[in-house]
Amino acid sequence: MTTDSDLQSTAPTEPVPITSRAESVSSPGLGPGLHSAAGGSLLLEQPPRPSVPRPKRLPSPIRPSDIGGPDVVVLVAAALSSFCLVWVVFYQLTLLSGIFGFLVCWYALFLTLVWVGTAQLVERQAATDRVVAVVVVTAAALIVGIVVFIVVWVAAKALPTMHWGALFTKDQKNFQVAQTDALAHVGILHAIVGSLEQVLLATVLGVPLAVATAIFLNEVGGRGVRLVRTVVTAMSGTPSVVAGIFIYSMLILTHVLPYSGFAASLALIVILLPSVTRVVEEVLRIVPSGLREASLALGAPQWRTVWSVVLPTARSGVVTAVLLGVARIVGETAPLLFTAFGSQVLNANPFVHDQGALPLVIWSDVRQAQPVLIDLAFQAAFVLMSIVLVLFVAARIFGRTKGKKGKATARRPADDVLPRMFVPVPMEGDPGR
Amino acid sequence: MSSIVDVPRVDPAGRFPEPLRLVDDHGLGDKIFRRGVRLAGLFSLLILFFIGLFLFLQGFPALRRAGIHFFTSSGFQTLGAHPVYGVAASVVGTLEVAAVAMVVGTPVAVATAIFLSEYAPTWSRRSLIALVDLAAAIPSIIFGLWAVFEMQPNVVGFATWLSKHVAFVPFFRVNSPPLNASLFMAGLIVGIMIVPIVASICREVFSLAPPGEREAALALGATRWQMIRSVVIPFGRGGIVGAVMLGLGRALEETIAVSIVLGASFRISPYILQHGGSTISQLIAVNFGSGGKLGLQDLLFCGFVLFVMTLAINLAASRIVNRSRSGAGIEL
Amino acid sequence: MSLALGRRTGASRRAMPETSRAGEIEAQGVCAWFSGRLVLELVDLDMQRSKVTALIGPSGCGKSTFLRILNRMHEVVPGAQLAGSVKLDGLDIYGPGQRAVDTRRHIGMVFQKPNPFPAMTIADNVLSGLRFSRMSPANRDDLVEEMLSKAGLWNEVKDRLGELGGALSGGQQQRLCIARALAVRPRVLLMDEPCSALDPTSTLRIERTIKEIAHEVTVVIVTHNMQQAQRVSDHCAFFLAEENLPGRVVESGTTTQIFGDPVDARTADYVHGHFG
Repeated sequence: MTTDSDLQSTAPTEPVPITSRAESVSSPGLGPGLHSAAGGSLLLEQPPRPSVPRPKRLPSPIRPSDIGGPDVVVLVAAALSSFCLVWVVFYQLTLLSGIFGFLVCWYALFLTLVWVGTAQLVERQAATDRVVAVVVVTAAALIVGIVVFIVVWVAAKALPTMHWGALFTKDQKNFQVAQTDALAHVGILHAIVGSLEQVLLATVLGVPLAVATAIFLNEVGGRGVRLVRTVVTAMSGTPSVVAGIFIYSMLILTHVLPYSGFAASLALIVILLPSVTRVVEEVLRIVPSGLREASLALGAPQWRTVWSVVLPTARSGVVTAVLLGVARIVGETAPLLFTAFGSQVLNANPFVHDQGALPLVIWSDVRQAQPVLIDLAFQAAFVLMSIVLVLFVAARIFGRTKGKKGKATARRPADDVLPRMFVPVPMEGDPGR
Repeated sequence: MSSIVDVPRVDPAGRFPEPLRLVDDHGLGDKIFRRGVRLAGLFSLLILFFIGLFLFLQGFPALRRAGIHFFTSSGFQTLGAHPVYGVAASVVGTLEVAAVAMVVGTPVAVATAIFLSEYAPTWSRRSLIALVDLAAAIPSIIFGLWAVFEMQPNVVGFATWLSKHVAFVPFFRVNSPPLNASLFMAGLIVGIMIVPIVASICREVFSLAPPGEREAALALGATRWQMIRSVVIPFGRGGIVGAVMLGLGRALEETIAVSIVLGASFRISPYILQHGGSTISQLIAVNFGSGGKLGLQDLLFCGFVLFVMTLAINLAASRIVNRSRSGAGIEL
Repeated sequence: MSLALGRRTGASRRAMPETSRAGEIEAQGVCAWFSGRLVLELVDLDMQRSKVTALIGPSGCGKSTFLRILNRMHEVVPGAQLAGSVKLDGLDIYGPGQRAVDTRRHIGMVFQKPNPFPAMTIADNVLSGLRFSRMSPANRDDLVEEMLSKAGLWNEVKDRLGELGGALSGGQQQRLCIARALAVRPRVLLMDEPCSALDPTSTLRIERTIKEIAHEVTVVIVTHNMQQAQRVSDHCAFFLAEENLPGRVVESGTTTQIFGDPVDARTADYVHGHFG
């Protein structure tokens, strides 16, 4: 918007006045004013112009809120009264039992009272709106609470009995049932080495394949794209147990491979491949086509363009995909049951003999009767959980958009990538569009 | 004076000039590159094909041997001269676990998605979304551990109550305690596991609901829930259906958590609250290694059945979700 | 009819008032912020009963923001804050205990881009506002006909009321939105550049509608089109945001005065087309 330069020379007049209000805004007192613009200067960069009168004082900003005092009172009152009522009833009627039932009854009564209270105080639509708000908040809190609880719970069960030294240096070879301080003599080294090797092999073999497939789908295209996309979606929905018995039936039953860590890697590739392909394809799609065109216009062949321009631009997305893919396969148990088979002793050679892995140790030890083994299983679970958490957090850090353009960059943040790794979310461009 | 644009003239024979046919002459490097990545793409095709092929081939003898009894009878013998094997009990168990999981998980997931897309304050949204997604990342074996050691003891009381008071529904009847390691418990943990899946798809679809219509509803005096009900949910209907189907697919195939809860049980138990019960994937997982060759073929064919089932559901769901994403049918 | 915008106790379905009484809005000291940045500074404006008030001015000077403050739509945007008072018939809509939902039932809005509900029929679109407030009209069909006639759409759609709202042309959709907004019998109707996306025929039809409804609904219209402001409005307010400054009302008065004999030189420059 342009203004004439000589506009500033005339003194502007006041607008047609109502009674000018000296006092500041009537504030319901709701919502914190984040930022008070009271005081003299409002100007951001421009120096003050002498001819424009500045207001003496601006009122503080408010943000009106839906939830006022009376609403909070209704919520608290409903919560307390329903709690008391259910408590009384629960102890009278001994047919109900357990904390779960108590909570369910309390919650149901709480919702009813909130509805009735708000309907009386305001109106029915507001009551329904309030109850829905409570329900959705509860649902989200429930799932988030369970997740946090599980993570903390695993740690709480594992850490008290942890023998850090033994855990990482011993395997289960020396386990004797009646040993005192048995946990000092056993560890999960075999599981850690096994998982490491299997996941590493799967990643080293699977990621280039996945990236190549993604390049095919997004950069090269041509015949077969729709088919391959369908196939990749189909594969991403394949149960992990099927991946395991597939490798078993194709390679182990036929004696091409023994039970081994390598066979497990192949099964893990079946799971890793579609997830990483889908994510990398999306990441590649986001790379601006102008970059490709610029490179081609300079005379670079396509492979050079992809290698030197497209992939480096997509690097953070690809890294995120790899990190999350690893997080996904390190926790898979079912494919390993049929391929690596599990072992009590350290086997550092992934190409021959049964090999252990973290999930397998948990699987076999937790069903034993000895509490020592159960403790060991929890410790292995703790290690596994920590690995997944670290990878998850690393992926989020990596996936964060590089801050140059602020929030509105083209790269997708990690929270869009995440569901696609663990869930067979359909790709854009899948059949059906 | 304005200039007149030259109109291309048709030659006396009545033909327009031929458009140039452009041929992209790839160099050798590019030829190798393009062929290479195409091969990579076809590799995935191969894998999928082989999965179906090998499972079917190796498992088919079991079907041939048992005939229709494979699907209709129950019972599994790992030893014996003429073992008859039927997966009926496991099929029913799979369906029951999936049913419980859907009943428990779908409402929580849709409500969570509504919360994340409509109610969560902006500053917290990313973190909350991450926490819900973390639920998808937790390995299923850890869910299994938690279910057995923590969830089950606390829910057994509720299961007891259900068995006493809702026993008129045949499902919930119980012949004898204990009530743990039941299909109900398995369904409960699977229900929790599918919440992040269903929630993340629903959340994405809800966030695509057109802001113009949202504003229109609010400006007419709708409460937030009325706005969601009249604009967001109708818009996201297809996505919800697709998400539920994907959740169902997941619930049908969940192996490890179910196996840890149910244990190595082959008991036929249509009563979901009662101890015992089996699902197809659990059958495969716990049976492996204990059966002779016969048992193996049965298991492989089960795997084939599982594979085909989840394939069908996932492809159908994918079609529905994508159609909803593009807003097909909602034209403005 | 009750003026109270406050709480209703236990009311379920309410009968609709048969007519609405045009309301008057007094805005005093209105300021607006987006994420801490001041965009509107101390706006005082009186929008008189049964009159059409036009808010004019170049793009980006806060007219739409001000309009949205009048029906409490401004607070829907995350990070938005405001200050000042807006009184509808003497009652401050931002006062303690006042609900946004109530305000919006009395102050309706038509948006720049037509936004009928595409999955509802035309008739249901018109009645949708009533469903939200759980008001039931004495006769549904009569109400639909009355509203669509007022909006100038009845003759074109009377035979196809069962068609979906999304199936109409742009101009028809906007008129449907006007009918929908009028159906709840608001006291004030806010219009945010309602014709900017439409063809000239639809524009003229809508302008005719505005003039026809003004006696029973006060209209406040934001427009870029000065000729439209002259045709349609009784009063005008000229908004301006100079470089890096928040928007303010420079001058307001009757339309004849603003366009014929503006006091401020900036107003004169704008209405004579020297900028904007």
